[in-house]
Amino acid sequence: MVGDGERRISRGGFSGGIRNLAYDPAARGIALQILLVLAIAAIGLEIVSNAVSNLARQGITSGFGFLNHTSGFDISQKLIAYANTSTYARAFWVGLLNTLLVAALGIMLSTVIGFAVGIARLSSNWLIARLAGLYVEVLRNIPPLLMLFAFYFAVLKALPAPRESIVLPLSSYLNVRGLTVPKPMLEAGAGYVGIAFVLALVLAAIIAGWARRLQLATGKTFPTLWTGMALIVFLPAIAFFAAGQPVQFDTPQLGRFNVMGGLTLLPELVALTLGLSLYTAAFIAEIVRSGIVGVPKGQKEASAALGLNERQTMRLVVIPQAMRIIIPPLTNQYLNLTKNSSLAVAIGYPDLVSVFAGTVLNQTNQAIEVIVIVMAVYLFISVVTSLLMNWFNARMALVER
Amino acid sequence: MTSVLRIGSGLAMALVAMLPATGADAQGTLQKVKDRGQLACGVNTGIAGFSAPDDKGNWAGIDVDLCRAIAAAIFNDSSKVKFVPLTAKERFTALQSGEIDVLSRNTTWTMSRDTSAGMNFAGINYFDGQGFMVNTALNVKSAKELSGASICVQTGTTTELNVADYFRQTGMTYKPVVFEKLPETIAAYNAGRCDVFTSDASQLYATRLTLGNPADHIVLPEIISKEPLGPAVRQGDAQWGNIVRWTYFALVNAEELGVTSQNLDQMLESNNPEIRRLLGKEGEFGVGIGLGNDWAYQAIKAVGNYGESFDRNLGEGSRLKISRGQNALWRDGGLQYAPPIR
Repeated sequence: MVGDGERRISRGGFSGGIRNLAYDPAARGIALQILLVLAIAAIGLEIVSNAVSNLARQGITSGFGFLNHTSGFDISQKLIAYANTSTYARAFWVGLLNTLLVAALGIMLSTVIGFAVGIARLSSNWLIARLAGLYVEVLRNIPPLLMLFAFYFAVLKALPAPRESIVLPLSSYLNVRGLTVPKPMLEAGAGYVGIAFVLALVLAAIIAGWARRLQLATGKTFPTLWTGMALIVFLPAIAFFAAGQPVQFDTPQLGRFNVMGGLTLLPELVALTLGLSLYTAAFIAEIVRSGIVGVPKGQKEASAALGLNERQTMRLVVIPQAMRIIIPPLTNQYLNLTKNSSLAVAIGYPDLVSVFAGTVLNQTNQAIEVIVIVMAVYLFISVVTSLLMNWFNARMALVER
Repeated sequence: MTSVLRIGSGLAMALVAMLPATGADAQGTLQKVKDRGQLACGVNTGIAGFSAPDDKGNWAGIDVDLCRAIAAAIFNDSSKVKFVPLTAKERFTALQSGEIDVLSRNTTWTMSRDTSAGMNFAGINYFDGQGFMVNTALNVKSAKELSGASICVQTGTTTELNVADYFRQTGMTYKPVVFEKLPETIAAYNAGRCDVFTSDASQLYATRLTLGNPADHIVLPEIISKEPLGPAVRQGDAQWGNIVRWTYFALVNAEELGVTSQNLDQMLESNNPEIRRLLGKEGEFGVGIGLGNDWAYQAIKAVGNYGESFDRNLGEGSRLKISRGQNALWRDGGLQYAPPIR
């Protein structure tokens, strides 16, 4: 269409060219789109300038200067160094990392549970299939906020007060304030352990590739999984001892109110991760089941005819094809889980919404700026998750031969 | 769902700010309230003594009384109030966006709120300060012993900042646990998630009564901050600010002059010129702020004077039994002081 239009323009003279442009659908389309973009930009500009002048008229400060001011408040869980003398911008990063942490943990856990339950629902064992069905029906019909409350207060009720802590091996303590374990503090030489770990990963990948080529060429199989795991465990262990055990531990001590020192896993994080994972897993289970059921029966029969056993049929024939059906709706569930993590504020977990759209918003009173930042961050996380899953989907797509 | 609402309230504010300026503000809040036939008053979602609904859904409390007094001053009818329960976090957005006309929700008067947040405070109807509540089993006698403790705080308040300041000053450490709503904060404290619950002292006393066995909890003697609580209005409408401020002053002046809801009608015949001016028998003070001359008469008739309201909601007439302390009249050694009507 475009090519056709260009040819017509080039044939006409200068004055005829303008007239042709007006009648040319391609050129007209482009012109209309430019107009539309300009109109949207004008509306956007009008909104921003209105907001700025209205805020000024109401005597409300605007702008992003507040990000460099001292925050003055404390946060219970921080993955990066933060104190009440840090800036609001730093508090933002602390909150964001806490959100990403719970999202990543939740995605991993819900995927594992979801796949297990989804496959269990198709089990030939009557009891397992019914139990999995019950799990799905119950959990996906409870609002996630209620689940969070239930888990949180169940966790709190079940655990003892700090002074009656359950003492675990390796001077760890479990109580209502969380699980406190010795905190490893790296010393010089710890880098070698990391290098050994990366090296082991690379070696495992090379062996996996070699084993695959071997199998394609000769049909022989090689225990890739066991070799890889052995490499990943032993290589860093050897490096650790060779470097003279370069790790010191900050062991927790029982103080007057709390267990002091060490590394604490907060009950809020546990409740939030469990609640979100179990809730989302119910949906993932249904997606997995539909994916597996969606693979034509003939595929199974064909692989049985080729002499593959039931496990091999599942792993090599059914699941790879089911993944094509599973991945797009799975992406949705991952996004839902990430967004649902903003329920954290209800149970005292310091996520982005709690820290930034909560405490920071309240202290600075700059609602528009704070909410715009938070919305942009969630949009960014969602888009990145989608892109990753689209890439994964493209890789898993059926290659027509 | 909560998060949707939460972001929604911020968004509402953003959207309102994005609309072009209309004549709404030029019209004035008083006219808008009259046109609507109702005062929209932002109150606490539930804090005994300040604003809480009873089992029949009627709101009661000292902040609620102020709303009723303002409604009575405008409409001669204290029932023409719509109470809008707000969390600590929602309250300023609700006022700034025009959802409510006055915020009467145990709100601390601070400089940033009074200036850069687009609000003006109209007075201090309760002088408060932040304190700590702990379980007696911990055997703590003073806040100075709290180093290393876990502290439950409600977000959206000045409380978080005060705790951080106090522990920084005294060189002690603590572990904060921050919740959005009061019920969850208290539930977590009750479940032993924290050693300490911190809030304004008045709120601590009110909360203590709701716990299983109030005698198991004590409020520590240290008060770590000044928390002057009072009503706030939007900036840029001086007349409306005057109505709220002088309604509150009228209640305090009434107590000082001995005018109560009981003797109000005899007081109309009083020879005391101060009482005559307060009740609109002399001068045009009500007209001066855009109301009827009997504005103060109506307000006092609705809720009684400041002292009556205090006793009924917070003092001896209530379950809280909080002493007047700093909230006594100035001549009784307290801080409640109202400029004269003349």
